[in-house]
Amino acid sequence: MAAIASERPVPRSARLRDGGGQLALVLAVALALWGLWEGYRWIWVKTGFSWPFPVNDTTLPHVHTIVQALFVSPQVGGPWLLTTLFHNALFTAKEAAAGFALGAIIGFTLGVVLAHSGILERGFLPYIVASQTIPILAIAPMVVVWVNPRLPDPLANWGAVAVIAAYLTFFPVVINTLRGLQSVDPQALELMRSYAASRWTVLWKLRVPAAMPYLFAALKIAATASVVGAIIGELPSAISGGLGGAIINFAQYYSFQPQNLWATNLIAALLGIAFFLVIVFVERLVVHRPPEELV
Amino acid sequence: MSANEVVRVEGVSKRFARGAVTALQSIDLSIVEGEFVSLIGPSGCGKSTLLRLIGDLTEPTEGTVTVNGKSARRARVDRDYGIVFQDAVLYDWRTVAKNVALPLELAGWGRAQRAERVREMLRLVELDGFESHHPWELSGGMQQRVSIARALSFSPSILLMDEPFGALDEMTRERLNSELLRIWETTGSTVVFVTHSIAEAVFLSTRVVVMSPRPGRIANVVPIDLAQPRTAATREDPRYFELVTRVREALHIGSDREEPLARAVER
Amino acid sequence: MVDEPIPVEVIPRGGLGRSVGRRLRDWIPAAAVLVLGLVIWQEAIRVFHIQRFLLPKPTSIASQFWDDRSNLWHAGWFTFQEALGGFALGSAIAILFALVLARYRFFGTALMPYAIAANAIPIIAFAPITNQWFSGGITKSSKIVIAAVLCFFPVLVNTLRGLTSVNPRALELMESYAAGQVQIFRRVRIPNALPFVFSGLKVAAVLSMIGAVVGEYFGGAFNALGVLILDRARTFQFTAAWAGVFLACLFGIALYAGVAILERLTLRWAPSTSE
Repeated sequence: MAAIASERPVPRSARLRDGGGQLALVLAVALALWGLWEGYRWIWVKTGFSWPFPVNDTTLPHVHTIVQALFVSPQVGGPWLLTTLFHNALFTAKEAAAGFALGAIIGFTLGVVLAHSGILERGFLPYIVASQTIPILAIAPMVVVWVNPRLPDPLANWGAVAVIAAYLTFFPVVINTLRGLQSVDPQALELMRSYAASRWTVLWKLRVPAAMPYLFAALKIAATASVVGAIIGELPSAISGGLGGAIINFAQYYSFQPQNLWATNLIAALLGIAFFLVIVFVERLVVHRPPEELV
Repeated sequence: MSANEVVRVEGVSKRFARGAVTALQSIDLSIVEGEFVSLIGPSGCGKSTLLRLIGDLTEPTEGTVTVNGKSARRARVDRDYGIVFQDAVLYDWRTVAKNVALPLELAGWGRAQRAERVREMLRLVELDGFESHHPWELSGGMQQRVSIARALSFSPSILLMDEPFGALDEMTRERLNSELLRIWETTGSTVVFVTHSIAEAVFLSTRVVVMSPRPGRIANVVPIDLAQPRTAATREDPRYFELVTRVREALHIGSDREEPLARAVER
Repeated sequence: MVDEPIPVEVIPRGGLGRSVGRRLRDWIPAAAVLVLGLVIWQEAIRVFHIQRFLLPKPTSIASQFWDDRSNLWHAGWFTFQEALGGFALGSAIAILFALVLARYRFFGTALMPYAIAANAIPIIAFAPITNQWFSGGITKSSKIVIAAVLCFFPVLVNTLRGLTSVNPRALELMESYAAGQVQIFRRVRIPNALPFVFSGLKVAAVLSMIGAVVGEYFGGAFNALGVLILDRARTFQFTAAWAGVFLACLFGIALYAGVAILERLTLRWAPSTSE
């Protein structure tokens, strides 16, 4: 019988121990960062340094103040801040997810088209690259004013924001799809030619699977970008249901209750991370690859 | 074309870069059914190009290539040959079984048929049990065996091989040489085999075609009359060493103009 | 190894110059698309009677841009300084961080999950806070901080990758010369990392301008470009707003081009530049 060249799978006990070690490391770093924050705060308050900025309860609240703020009602008799922010996050998530899906599909399709035509690639790629230098917020008001009235009713309020999120998703997906589709080993193409495979077959059986790692790298970036896009998109349109609206709201009252804005940012951060983790999870399912770098 | 002539190359030349590079010049070659023909020569002699011409992976600038009585293009479309490269070129995202099944999928075979043929092929290359493994879990030699299994999965009458064992170590290489001969006998196919190694060419082939570079052409053809089946004992046969020397000399004569230093060092 | 050129066409990879092509002729399709796009824009507005205030004609934007140029220029320059400051600050800190993380690998593995998490945070959400830090956002500092944070991650990730993706043989060679860590960094890791650094800097260049303009939405000097654009959009002077957007684009492209030129000069010895 031929020698087995693959490594033995790591025994379960070793894996658990390793996992435990990693978890401990993550917690240790979290504690260290917390310590850094509070330490910096303590020193600056004690000495009264004002560079780069003066430190006090308004500019840099305690970490525990921020966390506690979540479990308090900002308005008398109202729900916890956490509950309100949760609903805001859901609202923003809906916009971001719609935008992400739209941008990813268009981006992927365009990537496939450009990979197959040198002329189209040379014609459009410079503009796709240049399109990313446009500050999206600048055109956001115009996008919102133009898009919203043209949408059927259920979409009317948040559709334009989804468009903005799609805009941010589009670029990394196109670029990476293109690169991934073109990354195929020439010998693999020769092999396909030896099977007299059609262009379509080569695309779906060879190029697209080869492009998956690249695509998911882009989707990871895009996931975060679409959350950012959704939040930014909400700002000019004064949509109050999402996190963007919450940010504007708490920014206005920052001097009175700074911890609310920080708490909102915390929730926004968690939303961004959640989107990212979903993509990582899907990638695990779809892409069967040898274990590689996480980033 | 005689009754069992499988490959006929007539007056073939191949030029690249708008005529600046002549890879092959006036090649005439005839391969008969059941032969094991090796193409050997130094860099730039065009052996890989010749293989690709037979496989219609590139087109001749002049001359014709006839495979199984048809044009090379027709033969390719009809899947008359299987090809093995120096890299195994396996798809990382497919299991071993699915890799071997690839050409069958493309040919529209049904699932049950595919599964059965895959099992058969893996047994042939002695990798049964590895169906669900992924390519990166296998050693280089095992990957090449999968590549061979894939090339033979649709039972082509011709096997084209471009230095398939070039990236492997000597021991693995010798072992795979024996396995390849066993497979060749079992399937009865015709093999065209490109290699750098004189020992390998002599051990495996019924005929060795010696090529020389600049421009690429056939310098000599050495028939190998060693007994079949070839075994480890063959490598110690005096006739084997004689033939190795003959091929080596043919190589030197072929590239004599370019490498007089080699001869001097030999002496 | 195949001796002869493989006759299968390999599509060129690499930077814009590589994929579009060095020859002037290769840029014809791009130019054609531009002209076609402008013509369609102009005609569509006429044919579909798209209201001027939503999507003005390119010609109107161009003339508005020209008329307003000194105002726009001052605003753009102001914002550009914020972007540039953030770009420089964020990139410098990122490179330093990358050097430390490459030297002391342990910190890299420890901080990795946090780096990934931090990358997933909408940085822009911190704009109101930075405004609070720096005198209510009137000065440039708050936007510089936002732009710097935006630049930090791409430069860090790319630089780190460049510093650590060295051929192990090259490292072994240095060790056989009993070279110290400093030497290894100077002679092997840093030169290897340069193309990666520029890759990251190009991404950062684009992000810094976006960060500066977007940050200004939450409050900025009255003569800043972002504030100006938004102000005009709110008062329905859309042609003027588009002119401002156009200028913001130009500045972003200018910074990107600056980095690209610097890259070309620095990497003259390198056989290829990455995208």
